[in-house]
Amino acid sequence: MTRKQRRLTLIGFAGGILALALGLVLYAMNDTIVFFNSPADIQAKNVQPGTRLRLGGLVKEGTVQRGVDQQISFEVMDAQATMQVHYKGLLPDLFREGQGVIAEGILESATVFRADSVLAKHDENYMPREVADTLKKQGHWMGEANAAPKTQ
Amino acid sequence: MIVEAGHFALALALGLSLIQFIVPLWGARANDPVLMSVGPVTALAVFVCIAFSFLALTVAYVTSDFSVANVVANSHSTKPLIYKISGVWGNHEGSMLLWVLILALFGSVVALSRNSIPMRLQANTLAVQAAVTIAFLLFMLLTSNPFTRIIPAPIEGQDLNPLLQDPGLAIHPPLLYIGYVGFSISFAFACAALIDGRIDAVWARIVRPWTLGAWAFLTLGIAMGSYWAYYELGWGGWWFWDPVENASLMPWLAGTALLHSTVVMEKRDALKVWTILLAILTFSLSLLGTFLVRSGVLTSVHSFAVDPERGTFILAILILFIGGSLALFAWRAPMLKQGGLFAPVSREGALVLNNLFLSTACATVLIGTLYPLALEVVTGEKISVGEPFFNLTFIPLVLPLLLLLPLGQTLAWKRGNFLGSAQRLYAVFGISLVTTVALFAFYYGGPVAAPLGIGLGVYLVLGSFNEIVTRSWSKGTPFAVARRKAANLPRSTWGTVLAHAGVGLTVIGIAATAWGVEGLATVKPGERLKAGDYEARLERVIPRTEANFREDVAVFTIYLQGHEVGTLESMKRLYVTRGMPTTEAGIMTVGLGQVYVSLGEPQADGSVGVRLYYKPLVLLIWIGSVIMALGGGVSLTDRRLRIGAPVRAKTSAAAPVPAE
Repeated sequence: MTRKQRRLTLIGFAGGILALALGLVLYAMNDTIVFFNSPADIQAKNVQPGTRLRLGGLVKEGTVQRGVDQQISFEVMDAQATMQVHYKGLLPDLFREGQGVIAEGILESATVFRADSVLAKHDENYMPREVADTLKKQGHWMGEANAAPKTQ
Repeated sequence: MIVEAGHFALALALGLSLIQFIVPLWGARANDPVLMSVGPVTALAVFVCIAFSFLALTVAYVTSDFSVANVVANSHSTKPLIYKISGVWGNHEGSMLLWVLILALFGSVVALSRNSIPMRLQANTLAVQAAVTIAFLLFMLLTSNPFTRIIPAPIEGQDLNPLLQDPGLAIHPPLLYIGYVGFSISFAFACAALIDGRIDAVWARIVRPWTLGAWAFLTLGIAMGSYWAYYELGWGGWWFWDPVENASLMPWLAGTALLHSTVVMEKRDALKVWTILLAILTFSLSLLGTFLVRSGVLTSVHSFAVDPERGTFILAILILFIGGSLALFAWRAPMLKQGGLFAPVSREGALVLNNLFLSTACATVLIGTLYPLALEVVTGEKISVGEPFFNLTFIPLVLPLLLLLPLGQTLAWKRGNFLGSAQRLYAVFGISLVTTVALFAFYYGGPVAAPLGIGLGVYLVLGSFNEIVTRSWSKGTPFAVARRKAANLPRSTWGTVLAHAGVGLTVIGIAATAWGVEGLATVKPGERLKAGDYEARLERVIPRTEANFREDVAVFTIYLQGHEVGTLESMKRLYVTRGMPTTEAGIMTVGLGQVYVSLGEPQADGSVGVRLYYKPLVLLIWIGSVIMALGGGVSLTDRRLRIGAPVRAKTSAAAPVPAE
């Protein structure tokens, strides 16, 4: 092989692998990313049932119901709307009524959401960032001062 | 008093680092040995100062000095001693102190190995190292001082986040940081070579053990973190493609590529510019990781104690170092003497392919991690990129790499023979194929991924050891002779073989997760739930009280196909000080697999939600990683590295082996 051929082989391989990676990334971007929405967003954007998404908001007080074999349902709300959530599984340790929560799953109808995971957080004062942003936007954010004393 | 002394020592370290930055750089420029020799002395002094500072904070923790804000926020007088000590780095300020401590420790090791490193290279390296130290010391002193006092001092502290009160925390961050920070040495050497405008095989020989050591520690750190999350978070998963995990995976991938490209540079004096670039990128990714974890810009399940204000400062450090080093690279790299080109089918050709796959895989992880951030900034849309994305991008890029791995290991340097190499692997191909088919037939109707993945793992393990066999045995060689030959092979060969076999074991462990089964039920004492062949019977739930938490202990009897195989306990804890509940998974190890029980909240009627998993061969995931790291360690003891290579000075000068 001449120098030129060797160099071309190398460039060919590099280009091929990069193209493969780029193709995979673009394909995956279309298919696998999940949007975050609050209950009000879902109504405003008229999201189609069957869409996979992340739902964030506050767990409405007094709505948590436990059925047989860990069938759990609760309502997630923001300032303008609520959404019924069904979930089968164990709730994370820091799941509380009146606290922020993020659930990932499929939108079943305009007001019903079937979650396959409910996200946990490591800190008891934690408000998921997305939820905090939504509440701030809607003017319902109490601010850090009213929350439990910050530890950091 | 000692707290103020610690604070003062930190400031003193900053001043000394400034000297360590300016004087050796100037000395190397002016070729003045006296000025250059200031580097090692100050590097040692900086280490002593920071070590004292770290000690001061540890004393404050151990004696529960609640006049220090950091201790108040993260400690409690009833906390067990080991968590008082590990609590030192279980928070933002303390973990940054550990970061600079390790940085300074490595700097002092470079300073001490003056016999094995050319003087100019050492001076420049220590100067670059000092620049990093300065940035992080400034960051600590200006935005996250661990020694801030609080007046009036509270009587009791707020305790450490309960999830962090675990032996895992005592070891996970130090291992990870040794890895991250270890790459700063490769980075400093790369910048030093650029400043000097000279790079050769000697450079590669000096840098390689550092990269190897950092890589081994990072491997252990990631494995440890993964196992910790597995048993502590109680979700039964061991990898979530979470931004914080990706932050440690990216430097690992780039570091693995760097490790292999330095081999090419050392043996064949090629790939120089690329190696320099990789060294810069690897440490840049470590910095990026620190930024992602510390700033909280990304939502993660693993982030503790984040603060966006500090994020800005780390972002500035990030831009300064990544931008600065890349600018230096763009300016100086064209002046470096290029290495030769080589045949595509050869050991070095295979290593180039390895680098291509690893770096593109790393790039896809980077895109997946940063894309949500970029999209939010540009459009305000919030998205999450999770497992499906990485399964679709990362895995297809890693699979060909794994398939080619044993082949590349068999190819000769300079001019390889692809068919010849494949021929030497016939037996290995055969055995792994038979394994796959047998498993497929035995578990007919089960998931296809498991037999295929295990076949691949077997191929990797046997393919790695194949090198030992072909190099020590041929037809007719008596076993004793072959054994002696194998034992006499260079340690670096054994290291390579072990590390690659470790990859194979991890692949087997990951593939076998496809066979995992789980069951979910609400049970009362005496009731059972099932997962595959395993059954768990809830015997009783008993309350227990410990020094700093209360817990409900659920005792389960585990049955395999109706026969009792043991009992395990899973706990729901409430840490009193913070009022924070945690779940402690109950784990029973059966061979290489594990039975895993996670609890929901106990209800008033005595029932409790239970998730039962059986995970066959799951331990191989971590055992494989530990063997990879072990391979790195064995390679470090190679004769070539033990004897200070470039300057064969007097007696056997200790080679720069990172703290082992």
